[in-house]
Amino acid sequence: MVDAKVWRAEVRAWLEAHCPASMRLPITPEEMVWGGSQLSFASEDQRLWFERMRERGWFAPDWPSAYAGGGLSAKQARILEEEMLSLGCRQPQFNLGVWMLGPVLLEVGTEAQKQQHLIPMMQGRVRWCQGFSEPNAGSDLASLRTAAIQDGQGNFVVNGSKIWTSYGDKGDWMYALVRTDPSASKQAGISFLLIDMKTPGITVKPIELISGKSSFCEVFFDNVIVPADQLVGQLHGGWTVAKKLLQHERSAMSKFSEGAAPSHDALAVARPYLYDQAGALREPIWRDRLAQLLMDSHAFTLTHQRVKQEAMAGLPISGPASIMKLVQTEQEVAKYELLTQVMGMRGLSWDGDAFSADEHAISRLLLLSKTYIISGGSSEIQLNIIAKRVLGLPG
Amino acid sequence: MGFLRNEEQRQLLHSAEVFLAAQSPVALQRRIRDGGAAQAMDLGLWQQVIDLGWPAAVFSEDDGGLGVGYLGMGGVLEACGRHLAALPLLSSAVLCGSILRSAGDADQKARWLAPLIEGQLRMALALDESGRHDPQSITTSARLDAGQWLLQGEKWFVIDGLGADAFIVAARLEGGAGPIALFVVAADTPGLQVQPLRMADSRNYAHLALPGVRLHPDAVLAACPDSAQALDAALDLGRISLSAEALGIVRYAFDTTLAYLKERVQFGVPIGSFQALQHRMARLYTEIEMLQSCVLAALDAIDQNDPQLPQLASLAKARASDLCEKAMNEAVQMHGGIGVTDALDLGLYVKRARLVQQCLGDGVFHRARYARLRGI
Repeated sequence: MVDAKVWRAEVRAWLEAHCPASMRLPITPEEMVWGGSQLSFASEDQRLWFERMRERGWFAPDWPSAYAGGGLSAKQARILEEEMLSLGCRQPQFNLGVWMLGPVLLEVGTEAQKQQHLIPMMQGRVRWCQGFSEPNAGSDLASLRTAAIQDGQGNFVVNGSKIWTSYGDKGDWMYALVRTDPSASKQAGISFLLIDMKTPGITVKPIELISGKSSFCEVFFDNVIVPADQLVGQLHGGWTVAKKLLQHERSAMSKFSEGAAPSHDALAVARPYLYDQAGALREPIWRDRLAQLLMDSHAFTLTHQRVKQEAMAGLPISGPASIMKLVQTEQEVAKYELLTQVMGMRGLSWDGDAFSADEHAISRLLLLSKTYIISGGSSEIQLNIIAKRVLGLPG
Repeated sequence: MGFLRNEEQRQLLHSAEVFLAAQSPVALQRRIRDGGAAQAMDLGLWQQVIDLGWPAAVFSEDDGGLGVGYLGMGGVLEACGRHLAALPLLSSAVLCGSILRSAGDADQKARWLAPLIEGQLRMALALDESGRHDPQSITTSARLDAGQWLLQGEKWFVIDGLGADAFIVAARLEGGAGPIALFVVAADTPGLQVQPLRMADSRNYAHLALPGVRLHPDAVLAACPDSAQALDAALDLGRISLSAEALGIVRYAFDTTLAYLKERVQFGVPIGSFQALQHRMARLYTEIEMLQSCVLAALDAIDQNDPQLPQLASLAKARASDLCEKAMNEAVQMHGGIGVTDALDLGLYVKRARLVQQCLGDGVFHRARYARLRGI
């Protein structure tokens, strides 16, 4: 392989020449470019950055170039990732297909599946959503009941519903877990299917949350025909495929948070509410509570840095890495709880121009943040994982 | 910010673990406690530690030290916590050593610092005057009288004060109204009274009475422009060192509790299979990992001379103090009845943890300080 130093210099020079300055600023959720049939750009820089990275195959730099990947070695890809991080380059495309499904298809997909699905997602033409949770299968995912029965030609007839599908209304395709053998015990009767969201019989309904509109959807399947060749892995072997896929979840999630604009700087938002007109602290207790919040966040940031350094040094990190989701989401909730209380009545506004943008935002985020500690494995599930896998507690 | 120890620092940590496991078992701490000696430490153990060079660890080679830095020393202190070793490293090397280094002139360093680093003498810091750590509220006064310093006041909870060869005493100039100054007071100074204070962790704490003690004019440490700043910087090193010790104590309690949950059977199953206990252990694990990150960052900040050092010191000590309470309480509760017996070593750790929690500021103190440093 090319000498690492030479490669790093080459990559850095390319990024500096081709990543527009505005694509190196912290990103807000509204500025994320999602691939797919509804692809759109808010600025010329977004389009340039997207197309330049697509051309190099760097949406997934370590995939083979035969599937529109970058064809880099793992080490080269890591150097590219490090240089993008250090320059603050945004992700040019957000796509669960590339980050979650793609690596699994590369590993267990058929050649036809790779040809059919990898190239479009890498060109940013197809956006993927995830169909796992169901109304009666949340934390206990393996109890899912959406049925897929094979007809005479081996095609699957899907009936049932999925819930909490993020951007189900914008996804072109869904990777889903379905029950293909109702008589087998839980995990054993599940299969992993790829479903075209334009298939007749699919209805998508956005979910309104206590915070207002949301990206979560319900997806209903009424005799939806899925061709036999869209089965990934073995029939009834979907649980194994899903476990492989979830191994990529952590790195996918970090792509959402790395380079993200800080959600709300707690101190900056709180400051105007803390002091009276003479500059005295209204309630001294807020000093302690705000300090606690800032210190928790500081400790989390340090832990994040530590885990990264330890990973780079090849040290085992599965223990500390397992606490990240739990801590990060609970701290976000604690932040909005405290900010709402510091704002008093003003932190509970709903709409209208009697209130500031911060006040409206904090009020909604207090409610929305409740989803952070429920979705993607609730806090209780995270605690189970730490107790069993890290601490080795029985049961 | 670096969180990784180098080869030399890892070796030091490893040798500290091996040495303390062999030479400083908890049974030794029990014997010291039951023996009732006021000085509350094993002089043979201390001599071995001097021979290993631990008092010299944090000092640069130019100062006659080993130059392994605080990231290295932090590992030793964590091992001291884990093995409940009572050694005057914090009082002498960290607190007094740091003050002498920044505030002592060449003669004072030759007279006090060089032998301190070599372990030929040990010193203790006389600072607090009440039950709560409060370095701003010093009333001990110092004034010049007929060419000599006259010190008047009393000091409480002087860590490792009994048997110390000398003290660094913080006092206010101009008869108590002026800025803070630091004085070296030899233990045999006429008039100085050193009395033992018996605390829950059975360690060495002293009360100092200074009823108009007379000192030579060169007893004041005045080689730096701001003594209060030198004192505060030394206190931060002490706070971070205590946080490292706390990490060792808390990890001991967590590890023994985890092992107990796996072996203790009730209702026909190991009690560690109960989710009510599993989730509490998972939360403690999370807290301990976060403390570990804060302690490593703070230790590295000392070595790097990081301007964020005061913030990191308060961050680490606040978390360490809070966890010294919470993790130990949880350990006792999850052990059930045996957890409150003196036969179980855990109790000795609980008592030590409570003293570590209070020494040099608890969670409330350090959250308030952190808030001030962040401009709240």
